Amino acid sequence: MSHTWDFATIIQNWYVLWIGLKGTVFIFLVTVILGLSGGLIIGICRYAPSRALSWPAMAFVEVFRNTPVLVQIIWFYYAFPILTGIDVDPFLAAVLGISLNTMAFSAEIYRAGIQSIEPGQWEAGKAIGMTYNQSLRRVILPVAIKRVLPALTNRGIEVFKMSTLASVVAYVETLNQANLLADLNFNPIEAYTAVAVIFFVVLYPVVQGTYVLERVLKKGD
Amino acid sequence: MVEWNFIAVFSDFDLLLIGLLNTLKITALALLFGVPLGLVFALSRLSKFLPLSFTAAFIIEFFRTTPPLVQLFWFFFALPILIDVRMTPFIAAVVTFSIQSSAFFAEIFRGGIQSIDKGQWEGAKAIGMSYRQSLIRIILPQAVKRMIPAFMERSIELLKTTTLVSTVAYADLMFQANDLAQKTFRPLEVYTVVALMYFVLIFVFSQMSILVEKRLAQSGESTVR
Amino acid sequence: MDEIVRIDGLHKSFGNLDVLKGIGMSVKAGETVVLLGSSGSGKSTLLRCVNFMEVPTQGQVFLHGDLVGSETNGKMSYRESELCSLRTRIGMVFQHFNLFPHMTVEQNVMEGQITVLKRTRTEARSKALAQLERVGLGDKAQEYPARLSGGQKQRVAIARALAMDPDVMLFDEVTSALDPELVGEVLKTMRQLADEGMTMLVVTHELGFAYHVANRVLFLDGGVILEEGEPQHILKNPKTTRMREFLDGHSLFKLPD
Repeated sequence: MSHTWDFATIIQNWYVLWIGLKGTVFIFLVTVILGLSGGLIIGICRYAPSRALSWPAMAFVEVFRNTPVLVQIIWFYYAFPILTGIDVDPFLAAVLGISLNTMAFSAEIYRAGIQSIEPGQWEAGKAIGMTYNQSLRRVILPVAIKRVLPALTNRGIEVFKMSTLASVVAYVETLNQANLLADLNFNPIEAYTAVAVIFFVVLYPVVQGTYVLERVLKKGD
Repeated sequence: MVEWNFIAVFSDFDLLLIGLLNTLKITALALLFGVPLGLVFALSRLSKFLPLSFTAAFIIEFFRTTPPLVQLFWFFFALPILIDVRMTPFIAAVVTFSIQSSAFFAEIFRGGIQSIDKGQWEGAKAIGMSYRQSLIRIILPQAVKRMIPAFMERSIELLKTTTLVSTVAYADLMFQANDLAQKTFRPLEVYTVVALMYFVLIFVFSQMSILVEKRLAQSGESTVR
Repeated sequence: MDEIVRIDGLHKSFGNLDVLKGIGMSVKAGETVVLLGSSGSGKSTLLRCVNFMEVPTQGQVFLHGDLVGSETNGKMSYRESELCSLRTRIGMVFQHFNLFPHMTVEQNVMEGQITVLKRTRTEARSKALAQLERVGLGDKAQEYPARLSGGQKQRVAIARALAMDPDVMLFDEVTSALDPELVGEVLKTMRQLADEGMTMLVVTHELGFAYHVANRVLFLDGGVILEEGEPQHILKNPKTTRMREFLDGHSLFKLPD
């Protein structure tokens, strides 16, 4: 152990990581909002009695759940523009890859939540004259979403970690900035340790919060 | 209109097959080391000796909350500075994914062990079994059966995560794809084929795990997530 | 008569809750002692202190006159290995059977013999079969516990404990989780053991069993032994109001006149 830790260069260049962190938070917000809301729609379609809705939703879920996110990002960055002629920058490629993947995963979470509601709830909705959509919106979803809240939070945590993959196509986020710092100052050990600590410090309270949430919901159920 | 041309891809298909093999190799090695390590972490976390339990909890939470790509970079670029080892992409990949997945396996083990009725420990204790004997003979055989679905799901996640090793230039399927795309100037075909290869591989594993889960459900076994 | 188990000045507390407040008692060879008491009286905790499923907070346990654990400056300390080997000499049967579901009936009965006592498989198997015959389940050896009735499960649990050749058997409310029609077969097995001269310490609510089978009955209340005596005597003429109330609460059992 001859290495002497020296975080001075990291602290001097804190704004480099700060820019990265802002990039991370930005892409996280965009992907998590797109992913969790798109997932809800796909999850509902997946559960729908009409095959015209459920089959495409199922195909979507299977494709995006069963391919690695990095492959999706790279595909959107290099292959998609050739196919469509649409210009794709690193941000768009990462957003497409991460949010489509998140939609697929969260769709399954929503579906499991809807399925966990006892059939009596649907019948009660029907009995007071509600349509399928009304029952779903007013009776089923509020309870279902509450039940899957811990699973959704976990997904959110995964999305936050996934945002580092955007660095592979050179989107400016925390890890990408750390690469820059490491190259500039020849101190990869401090740079990458700093990134690991940043993620840990941000996510650890969230993870603990999820445990608390799980316990609270279990009690209330 | 785009013209698809797969000739370039398939004439160098053996490159992709080598990548696929390396992907499977990294996954298998990470499982080989990660599962026993996960058991050790889980038992440590369940230990009544608080310093051990606390340390294990910290390691587990740290590796669960930091992005795997950051861990990989850390092991590849930073670790060799800290200790004097010659780091190769292969070693960095195996070390990273073994430890990273062990943190997740630890939580699966812990869930499995905790799901076993307290009476099983008591039954074993009452016939004179030590903690070790109870764990090995009575608790783990039951816990492992319940853990299988979660275990398979995690293994599939691991397989997907191994794509990250391409960023430190280990020749897995993703890396070979990048290589081939540059060589052939056919990124559309190369990445599409590679995406399909991953899809088929992972889809088959997923279906297998669903099948096993159904079997277990039929045999009346409850499972833990 | 030879004392198998003796307990002196036993205390047990969980946090601030004092469950046992100074118990002294003994069980002699071939004797069946029944512990009675309402729930919360500490009778199960007392039983669990005998084989150290619970470690007493204070007091001493002797097996065959030998002190369990070691004493330094009035504080008892116990080594895990000593407790393990102690437990091989004290059989225990639980309310909820605690059979191992991943093993057949025969494997359940063989497990402790092989893993703990290091008997050979052949020896363990013949012993297991003999004990299963003894509890009337010789034909169920290859079944899994899930396929047995509650009464059968409990008899397997008894055979599992017996196969270790214990000096004394502890029974912890072994019929409380059973359907009423299955209680009889388990009590019959226990009575048979008592008749064969097994030393037994039994926590139960079955007053009939206490009356007909026990040599001695102890009545626990609030963590102390309130009354003690021969069942024919103590069950008919309780001295304390607490015990009278307890017996009145079990009016299903009519004592013979």
